[in-house]
Amino acid sequence: MSNEATLHGHPEIQTSHDAHHDEHGVHHHKETFITKYVFSQDHKMISKQFLITGMIWAIIGGLMSVLFRLQLGYPDAHFQFLEDILGSKWARGGQIQPEFYYALVTMHGTILVFFVLTGGLSGTFANFLIPLQIGARDMASPMLNMLSYWFFFGASMVMLSSLFIETGPASGGWTSYPPLSALGDASEGSKTGMDLWIISMAMFVVSSLLGGLNYISTVLNLRTKGMSMTRLPLTIWALFFTAILGVLSFPVLLSGFILLLFDRHGGTSFYLSDIFLATTGKALPNEGGSAILYQHLFWFLGHPEVYIIILPAMGLVSEVMSVNARKPIFGYIAMVGSMFAIAILAFLVWAHHMFVTGLNPFLGSVFVLLTLLIAVPSAIKVFNWLTTLWRGNIRFTPAMLFAIGFVSTFISGGLTGIFLGNSTLDIPLHDTYFVIAHFHIVMGVSGILGMFAGIYHWFPKMYGRYMNNVLAYIHFWITLIGAYLIFWPMHYEGLAGMPRRYLDYSNWISFNQFGGLNRFISTVAIIVFAVQLLFIFNFFYSIFKGRRVMTRNPWGSTTLEWTAPIRPGHGNWPGEIPEVHRWPYDYAKDGRDFIPQTEPLGANESAH
Amino acid sequence: MSTFFLLLILLFGFLITFQIAKASEYVGVLKGEKKNFEANNRVNGFLMIVFLVLGLIGVYWCNELYRGKILGESASKHGEQIDTMLYITIAITGVVFVITQVLLFWFAYKYQYSEKRQAHYFPHDNRLEVIWTVVPAIALTVLVGFGLFYWFRITGDAPENANQIEVTGKQFGWIFRYPGKDKVFGKKYYQNISDKENNSLGLIWDDASTHDDIVVGNEMYIVKNQAVKLIINSRDVIHDVGLAEFRQKMDAVPGTPTTMWFIPKFTTDEMKKKTGNPDFEYEISCDQMCGRGHYTMRGIIKVVEEDEYKLWLLKQKPNYVQVFPDKDPNAARPADSTKAAVTVPAPAATASLAK
Repeated sequence: MSNEATLHGHPEIQTSHDAHHDEHGVHHHKETFITKYVFSQDHKMISKQFLITGMIWAIIGGLMSVLFRLQLGYPDAHFQFLEDILGSKWARGGQIQPEFYYALVTMHGTILVFFVLTGGLSGTFANFLIPLQIGARDMASPMLNMLSYWFFFGASMVMLSSLFIETGPASGGWTSYPPLSALGDASEGSKTGMDLWIISMAMFVVSSLLGGLNYISTVLNLRTKGMSMTRLPLTIWALFFTAILGVLSFPVLLSGFILLLFDRHGGTSFYLSDIFLATTGKALPNEGGSAILYQHLFWFLGHPEVYIIILPAMGLVSEVMSVNARKPIFGYIAMVGSMFAIAILAFLVWAHHMFVTGLNPFLGSVFVLLTLLIAVPSAIKVFNWLTTLWRGNIRFTPAMLFAIGFVSTFISGGLTGIFLGNSTLDIPLHDTYFVIAHFHIVMGVSGILGMFAGIYHWFPKMYGRYMNNVLAYIHFWITLIGAYLIFWPMHYEGLAGMPRRYLDYSNWISFNQFGGLNRFISTVAIIVFAVQLLFIFNFFYSIFKGRRVMTRNPWGSTTLEWTAPIRPGHGNWPGEIPEVHRWPYDYAKDGRDFIPQTEPLGANESAH
Repeated sequence: MSTFFLLLILLFGFLITFQIAKASEYVGVLKGEKKNFEANNRVNGFLMIVFLVLGLIGVYWCNELYRGKILGESASKHGEQIDTMLYITIAITGVVFVITQVLLFWFAYKYQYSEKRQAHYFPHDNRLEVIWTVVPAIALTVLVGFGLFYWFRITGDAPENANQIEVTGKQFGWIFRYPGKDKVFGKKYYQNISDKENNSLGLIWDDASTHDDIVVGNEMYIVKNQAVKLIINSRDVIHDVGLAEFRQKMDAVPGTPTTMWFIPKFTTDEMKKKTGNPDFEYEISCDQMCGRGHYTMRGIIKVVEEDEYKLWLLKQKPNYVQVFPDKDPNAARPADSTKAAVTVPAPAATASLAK
């Protein structure tokens, strides 16, 4: 017997088994390549489309960070290959030019925040898990769902195209504060690049609204029999709150962008006032606008946005942790309650990004109070995760490792939020590397670790195969260690007041003491990036060649998605949708390893 | 060429890793799934505790390595309060950090899979949940209390006798204006700004109180132990006056002036001795993304004793006099020539108004 056959069992039998299920699927319509893989209305396919698009973006965004880390680590070096690839405008003499550097950081932020950790994360797991875990055949509106992906795709294409125009992509930071972003004469990137950025983001907002409305209505209306709200897995709760946050806050962002577009091309003065540009030697006619208005509109989304990123990760981690600790998640109601509290408070803290804009100090103090209030539900969640591990029987599957890593980075990054949310400390730390360290750890790294946990855990459900464990272990340990090595020392740079968004510190007396550290960070960043390529390889290789899943419920999980066939067709369950009788966390109850949600309560059994 | 080799090495690294990973998967299948799982679980469980121990040592080591390169003593009175606040916060969060990380990785290690162990069914406990709602809430109340106490002192009104200086950011540099003898900043209008006519702030020459306003670039002089209030503006995009040593920061927003005040504790010369760096200067860093030259937008603050300050101030020519050298009261002294300038606007000023 060849190794292939050992690994993959009996592919012939397996395939015919799958085909058998497909025949009994609910949807009998004939599927062509186009309807199955391109304009698919099956939530599972759409989720994979989101995932793979997100992964491509993650590689592009990650590669950008490698480029600007090269600059930060080696500001004096000449990398000839950069000029060969990028041309002499962006990398003259092998050195990254300032415009290009700022374009890189701007695109890195935009791509990672929106296209990877919002589109890629929510898009993937909301689409994949909501119908499967609540017991629905598909989303409430598969058509809108499909459009949601294609708007995302359109947004991606517009953003991608902006990388190739002569004046370069937007380069005013991912926040794109006007007047810089409003005036082409103030910055190269604020020319056509900024228009494309706004168009792309507008399409992205449409995409996330279509998706979000769909997620909400699906969760509210399409739950299977017996699936009360309090029997929903925490993943669904998390994705549900995420969708609500998105639906309520993205329109505000869009309004901010539209006003910006008017200021750029319509001669309005929403954000512009009292401006003289040295490049043209002229004063602009605009008076009476407020540049700060944009910041309010932006951060009204911008802050909920970080919870839009982290809530799904929290949900995924809660589920993965419970399954692999073989123990119920501790404090289910408290977990839901704290997510609810986070969702509400998310709307009331936006101005903590603006403590040093000249905001009224009293108003600032209100935002300090509300901001630090958010630490309470966050603390509840952390302690509940810790208690979930306590006296468990833990299996270190790759997903579980990433879940534990998530809790670790969420603690580390969350605690530094207490520094920045306190306006007094925000004064020296604002816009320094402390902020970079904080949000990369708590939102970037935690978000991506949560996403990895989700991918490793549900990969068998998505593709009917396993990913390679050894590669996954290597991926996990290098990523976690690397993330700490990159971002932990940045706190010290921030405490020294080192500003972010500088491409060279060597001329600064106050900040030039970190040259060695910057080189170290850059080296680690390159290694960590290389290891992500290993993951990407593992992912795609395993889709086609991974070890086949032989049982429906490989992780011994209670939730509904594992009652569906190994490779479910459109409609998810052949025949009846299963009925639910209990909450999703009956692990280790009454001496049994786990009790699926579909099993009725025993005669003498108490609900949890 | 070296790049090519680097990529080649990377590729080989990938291939080798992949082969090992694939081989170990086969071995796992041959060994039996259960045995393989248990072996992997033990390795990862062990790595958990290794990561915890090495991580905590690393945190300590990193602190030893860099503590000398950060803060230093604050150079302003406000900064002392901020530093106190910082240490309180570090202490509280540091304790929480160590406790939670130790618990996380210790639990992960201790409760790793064992055939003999049965997980403990423990879905909730109201008492525990109340504890970890209330305790963080109290800790945060303390932090909010301290924070706001200092916040209102720092952002409160500057003392009446504070020296006022207007700071204006532009792409990519700083302009400073001193009110002159009359202690009043003359009126300005941004449409009057003209770098060609040496009116970088758009001062209105019709307003007599502009005539003694001193406008300088790049270097700002302030006096040790005297409160200084900065009135912060921008000429084009949003900038930010970042003063790391004074622990101060405030955005410069076009059209919306902001303020900041502090009391410098050490002169630049004293800081040169304190830091042991003969090149030391107080730097103004722009902390808000403002375009291609953002990272070069450096200003200097010279903190000096009062005598030196007065001497420096005397040497500066008002902007008005630079623009209209014939109106210099010190150069030629025909009586009351300054008054004439008030009533009869200079032709250049009218021209720039008309623009």
